Amino acid sequence: MAEALLLHAHKIDHTTRATFAPQHLIEVLTYLKKTLHFDQLLDVTAIDEKPMKMVYILRSHDFIDSYILTTSLDETHTIDSATSLFESAHWLERETYDQYGVHFVGHPNLTRILNHEGFVGHPLRKDYPIAQGQMCHETLDLLPQLQARLESKGILTRQSDGTYSSGSRDIMYLNLGPSHPASHGTIRTFVALEGETIVGAVNEIGYLHRGFEKSCENHTYNQIIPYTDRLNYCSSLANNVAFAKTIEEMLGVTLPDRGIFIRVMLIELSRIIDHLVCLGANLVDLGALTNYWYLFNPRETAYDFLTKLTGARLTNSYMRVGGMAHDLFVGWEEEMKRVLADVEQGMGDTLKLIEHNRIFHDRTQNVGILTPQRVRDFAISGPNARASGVPYDMRKTAPYYYYESFDFDTVLGSVGDVYDRMMVRFEEIRQSIRIIRQIMARIPSGAVSIDDHRIVLPPKPSVYDSIEGTINHFKLIIDGVRVSAQSHYSAIEAVNGELGFFVVSNGSGTPAKVKVKAPSFTAMSAYASMIEGGQIADAIATLGSINIIAGEMDR
Amino acid sequence: MQSSLLLASASVALIAIGVPLLLHLTKFLGPKPTHSTAKDAPYESGITHLVGDANERFSVKYYLVAIIFVLFDIEVVFMLPWAVNLRELGLFGIMEMFTFVGLLVAGLLYVYRKGALRWS
Amino acid sequence: MDAIIIETLIKIVVVVLIFSALGGFGTYFERKILAFLQRRWGPNIVGPFGLLQIIADGIKLFTKEDIIPINAERGIFIFSTLIIAVAAFTAFVAIPIYPQFTVFGYTVRPIVIDVNVGLLFVMGVMAVGMYSPLLAGMSSGNKWSLLGAARAVVALLSFEVITGLSILAPLMLVGSLSLIDINAYQMGGIDNWMVWQQPIAFVLFLIAGFAETNRKPFDLSEQDAEIIGGYHTEYSGMKYGLMMIGEYANMFVVAFLVSIIFLGGYGEAGSIVNGEAVGAWGGIWLILKVAFFFILFVWVRAAWPHIRPDQLMWLAWKVLMPLAVVNIVITGIVMMA
Repeated sequence: MAEALLLHAHKIDHTTRATFAPQHLIEVLTYLKKTLHFDQLLDVTAIDEKPMKMVYILRSHDFIDSYILTTSLDETHTIDSATSLFESAHWLERETYDQYGVHFVGHPNLTRILNHEGFVGHPLRKDYPIAQGQMCHETLDLLPQLQARLESKGILTRQSDGTYSSGSRDIMYLNLGPSHPASHGTIRTFVALEGETIVGAVNEIGYLHRGFEKSCENHTYNQIIPYTDRLNYCSSLANNVAFAKTIEEMLGVTLPDRGIFIRVMLIELSRIIDHLVCLGANLVDLGALTNYWYLFNPRETAYDFLTKLTGARLTNSYMRVGGMAHDLFVGWEEEMKRVLADVEQGMGDTLKLIEHNRIFHDRTQNVGILTPQRVRDFAISGPNARASGVPYDMRKTAPYYYYESFDFDTVLGSVGDVYDRMMVRFEEIRQSIRIIRQIMARIPSGAVSIDDHRIVLPPKPSVYDSIEGTINHFKLIIDGVRVSAQSHYSAIEAVNGELGFFVVSNGSGTPAKVKVKAPSFTAMSAYASMIEGGQIADAIATLGSINIIAGEMDR
Repeated sequence: MQSSLLLASASVALIAIGVPLLLHLTKFLGPKPTHSTAKDAPYESGITHLVGDANERFSVKYYLVAIIFVLFDIEVVFMLPWAVNLRELGLFGIMEMFTFVGLLVAGLLYVYRKGALRWS
Repeated sequence: MDAIIIETLIKIVVVVLIFSALGGFGTYFERKILAFLQRRWGPNIVGPFGLLQIIADGIKLFTKEDIIPINAERGIFIFSTLIIAVAAFTAFVAIPIYPQFTVFGYTVRPIVIDVNVGLLFVMGVMAVGMYSPLLAGMSSGNKWSLLGAARAVVALLSFEVITGLSILAPLMLVGSLSLIDINAYQMGGIDNWMVWQQPIAFVLFLIAGFAETNRKPFDLSEQDAEIIGGYHTEYSGMKYGLMMIGEYANMFVVAFLVSIIFLGGYGEAGSIVNGEAVGAWGGIWLILKVAFFFILFVWVRAAWPHIRPDQLMWLAWKVLMPLAVVNIVITGIVMMA
């Protein structure tokens, strides 16, 4: 009985935790998927302890329950691959192999993904020194990977001497990116073309890999917040909140209501900004240049607001563990009203240009289709999932921060093509504006941070005038917030989907491990299969519409 | 008159070709080209490890259109003198040309049915 | 030397200079109009209203390092930049760009060489220009350029047919291939414009004009978000500049052709001598009409996304071409009736 293989299972709220023996992985996952309907594998990672631990995070069919599985590996660091059960495991296991050196038996292509192929060692192992630099120059040869893919599709046939033949078909291999106007300079798609039709594609990512997770293990919790800015740099504040919320849950503290309202407002403002960027860039990729300014000018107004509030334009670092840097500025309501009015104006102008434009429809409809089944297979979340009609919105399925009390709609598409993804984003901007208007009407007064000076810095006068304040300040700066030993997964509905942090603490002021469940990473893993069969022009439109943010994908 | 028209045409050709040629010479105004492997390589998204080059055989698929084009452009060439002289040719001319156009439209329909105009 | 040769030489120099300069001013006005439509400033740093931007651009193009990729076919690579500019300049030779006028008692005919099959000449020369993207793309030794060349050829070929077919119906009415005759046919005010008699031909010809000049929404052979500039990916300096001059000059050729064939050209002239329009007014009218089409080119660029190669094919062969044939048949029947 598979159920008996799950040990120490206990459920808190909507999250069940259990351990199992590593040799039973497939049975356990099959049981969870088939019987308990946990059909999305959100994340796979390892914890470098003695012995090495594996962590699997699953999400149920109705998106309400999570299941966190842990298991201890033996000295060989080997476990079966889950790729036969979950599509998303392909890239997640590659990442775990890359970062921790865990070997997945049966993985079809267990190669490095974030680090370079020539990289030596596994950087997230504790014995890998953080300051060790490695220079890697050679371009990764993706041809064998692509040829294998083409062979599986029956386009290439392997000959007796080991080379491949395309028969009578003329195949041209082409690098779409990284230095390509539509690939952000960070995404490499190696495609096999027949005419202009893409018959096969493979991706290489990691061009923006900075070792975020390794850096986290060497900084205090509050020092990590500026790093989170650089994950999805189009909506830094949402990342700030996701991280701070995770740590606050581990500390067992809850923000005062005003703080929560400000956070929700800033997340929704970030959502607006990020969607504006995505839509503007996507329309430029389609050749509709003017919309870029129609959408980016209101974004500037929003950034002016954020600059005034946080002192920074793009990477705001406004959140702190236990609250935020300071309260809203005087007169913010007026400025926010202007931001919202500008956004509505710009969005309206853009929609006037494209909503009934036949060329726009022809270019986007039935292009780059993502079926609901594939959304679940790849554990894709956010607007990309909702565009395919999958009602996956954590603000509705697992409400936090009073989201259940706000009046807004989950926006769903019907086909899951580029058109749906764009239109879902347009409508989500409207919904976010609705939420912000409700917040402006309802926001309570009071403190924005918790009143516990073991977590939040004391006010400056008290630091200068009292011994206690000085000591609090000193301890917080030097040691950081101390979090008792535990592991915790928490997520919010960030702009691109579920942005989760899996944090392992050891009682000190520095986390033992931070793993980001990045929505762009899972979306990117589905990209190659989305563009196959389409044309180059479709691939560009598709890439723009799934809104890949390399900072978050590559970390 | 005839020879002067020829001369005039020659002068036109001289200028129309000469000016672009002259503009070409401006390349000597710039710095002398320096060479490096990366600079001289064809641009392919910043990747240096290239598979194949642009001189390989390239699938034509929908470029089949070029062949259909020849057919229909010849049609246009035939029709131009007809169109100009239509008033003199009268009803007979128009019936003649309609027969011709009808045949070509039939050809287009045939091509259409054969799927040569389908490109995806 | 014959007077006609001197006259021709002066005219062709004027035409080439004007249209080279128009290439520069064209970019300036395009950028300014685009900027206006897109709620931004456009060039405004170099000189008053950014006017000297053209000179700055010229200096930049003149003094750029000349890079030719190692596996390019050098000869063809350079030669192909000539074709488009030469073809565009030559096309102007047969276009009457101004009504007949008299200076110092010498009557100047406003056309460099009055070919009696002017329209055919212009279309033929423009078609030669099509070799430029094809050869440029194929000689660059670059896969993006190759894709761009393939796209350019397939687009230009398809719309070449549309141009030819759509122009037939007006020709049936006029009965001449001379642009001066076509212009004379419409003289006497707005009611006589060809566009009222041949609205379908007008729309088809205009659409084909967008395609033949590589303008949005048919600019797929040089879409930089998709194929990184297409056939001119590897070009730099004045080689790139010549291609741009050629493209802008082509744009003006199309604008002149549409104005002359369908919008009465300079037909609103002050007086009519020997069946030809004479006087400055007609010239100003023609310039305004050309300017209108230039702005239309820019406006469309600002407003629309661009289409995919297969959609362009679909539009050309399955929509526009049958329409053009039907238009010819209808025109023929009406003329006989």
